[in-house]
Amino acid sequence: MDFLNYFGEVFSLWSFLILLGGTIIGLILGATPGLSPTMAVALAIPFTFQMDAVNGLILLGALYTSTVAGGAVSAILLKIPGAPANIATTLDGNAMAKKGEGKKALQLSFLASLVGGVLGVLLLIFATPVLAKWTLAFKSSESFWIAIVGITIIGTLGSKSVVKGLLAGCIGMWIGTIGFDDIQGAQRFIFHPSLSGGVHIIPALIGLFAIPQIIDMFLKGRSRDDMEVIKVAPHPITKAVKEVARRTRALGIGTAVGSIIGIIPGVGGQIAGLVAYDQSRNFSAEREKFGTGHSEGIIAAESANNAMVGPSLVPLLTLSIPGSPTAAVLLGGLIINGIFPGPGIFKTDPHVVWPFINSMLIGQILMCIFGLLIAGWAAQIARVPRHVMAPMVLALAVFGSYSVQLSMDHVYIMLIIGAGMFVLERYGFSAAPLVLGLILGPIAEEHFVTGAAIAQAQDGIIPFFFTGTLNLCLIAIVVASITYSVWMEIRNRKVRG
Amino acid sequence: MQRLQTILPAAIILVLGIWVAFISFTQEPAAAYIFPRLFSAAFVGLACIGAITALLGKSSSEQGISLIDLRNMLPGVIVACIYVFWGAKFFGFYTGTTLAVFAMLTLYDPAPHTSAMTWIKRIVITACFMAVMYGLFALILNVYTPREIFA
Repeated sequence: MDFLNYFGEVFSLWSFLILLGGTIIGLILGATPGLSPTMAVALAIPFTFQMDAVNGLILLGALYTSTVAGGAVSAILLKIPGAPANIATTLDGNAMAKKGEGKKALQLSFLASLVGGVLGVLLLIFATPVLAKWTLAFKSSESFWIAIVGITIIGTLGSKSVVKGLLAGCIGMWIGTIGFDDIQGAQRFIFHPSLSGGVHIIPALIGLFAIPQIIDMFLKGRSRDDMEVIKVAPHPITKAVKEVARRTRALGIGTAVGSIIGIIPGVGGQIAGLVAYDQSRNFSAEREKFGTGHSEGIIAAESANNAMVGPSLVPLLTLSIPGSPTAAVLLGGLIINGIFPGPGIFKTDPHVVWPFINSMLIGQILMCIFGLLIAGWAAQIARVPRHVMAPMVLALAVFGSYSVQLSMDHVYIMLIIGAGMFVLERYGFSAAPLVLGLILGPIAEEHFVTGAAIAQAQDGIIPFFFTGTLNLCLIAIVVASITYSVWMEIRNRKVRG
Repeated sequence: MQRLQTILPAAIILVLGIWVAFISFTQEPAAAYIFPRLFSAAFVGLACIGAITALLGKSSSEQGISLIDLRNMLPGVIVACIYVFWGAKFFGFYTGTTLAVFAMLTLYDPAPHTSAMTWIKRIVITACFMAVMYGLFALILNVYTPREIFA
């Protein structure tokens, strides 16, 4: 019950204002098509430099929570998911909105998000310290394998192609090694003076997530956004509350599925909504109504994608393995703020971690309140056209990268990495494994070098890294995730013919 | 053309992998390159698989970049590059950003260029956005940005 001791910090004036501001901005960004939660969190990291670690993390947590929920607005009213996590919401949400019940659909989505989100954060609160105590016994060899598990799981499960996913992880590890080696002090891969300080994680994150989106917006040229905007008719909130309370099965399935998928490293929220929607339909007595604007479909999808947020931080805080791409960016935010996730985090930084987790709990409530308030004019938020959005995001990316260390080199690196990522994305690579390689690569290297030094004094490198139950279990996870993904890829190719 | 769209990126990745591996295995001190040697070996191996798959035509078909894509994105990318690599420093951040935002708005706005209202709208959007940026970065966050010609 340690978390109760740190509730007061969330309600200090500045922290609460930051939480409030982050939630409202997150809802607006989430509702805007093309601005994913991952990109919103990446763009916000430079702002956290001006804050202390607690407030910085509160801002990032509030954005993570509310952008996922805000994505439902454009999914329902424009049939464009604000984030990949909201794909399932479009199925019944937009159908309901087309029937003139747009406000009801928005109310159901925010209420279901609240229930799923709160239960997900409670799981984070109670499961994380238990897992952290267990992982305290890890040696450097096991820590090395955990970092490799993180890179391979996201690289394989999170990508369409196993080879491309793992290659992206390798490219990320290579970028992570550019600059001076921490142990020997040697220069590595410095082929331009701008790289002498290495590639700073924040410009890299901004470039990887913002620049490809900007160029994607350019790709459509001067074409008009022909979005069919649905008018929102009034709907009493009490009716929506009763409807959500009546649909306990959909709510239960959504929350359970979201929590389980969130806690599995690398799987992410993209599939949580779809799996919950599918399972809810299988167990529903009104199966035939799904897809026609049925409330169970919205409730299952939205409770799942918000229930995923809290649990996705469990492996992040205890093992440094993010549960989703946004959690991977959050890992960068934690490191930048001097917080190194791992088994000892609740002993070394409880004053930062607990207020951060508590703020996510309060943030869920604020998200629901403000979500319901904006439901009436939400469609206007979601209609910011591409030609306005692209230059604004570019300017934010430039200012954000520059403000990290007041260096133009960071801005150049941000643009070059981002342009490279755009090209890679067009050829089937994804940013998540690359980010994981970039962040976890140096952690893996540190444990590998430390472990190798210990191993030389003992029985040698092979017995040190390849024996022991935990080492073998982690190696088995790496092999199993690669094998499973290769098998799935072959099967999918056969299905496609 | 479609074949080239898969072979070319696979070949570039392979060349990058070989270059990273070459540096990792030849540079000194060797102790600083232990970890790069480890992942660069995997890098080259995976890049070879990717290249062979692309050569055999078994690589999954991806979007790629078509000539129409290039035509659409080039004006924006050129303005972005001029802004980042030259304009932001030469004009100062705020002036450079104002010009870049306005140029991109004009390039990609589907509204007709002949209408006076369209131009007024673009100027108002740019001015409002820059006011927010100045308030946020200069007044609230106190980030000192290059002012160059206005310094």
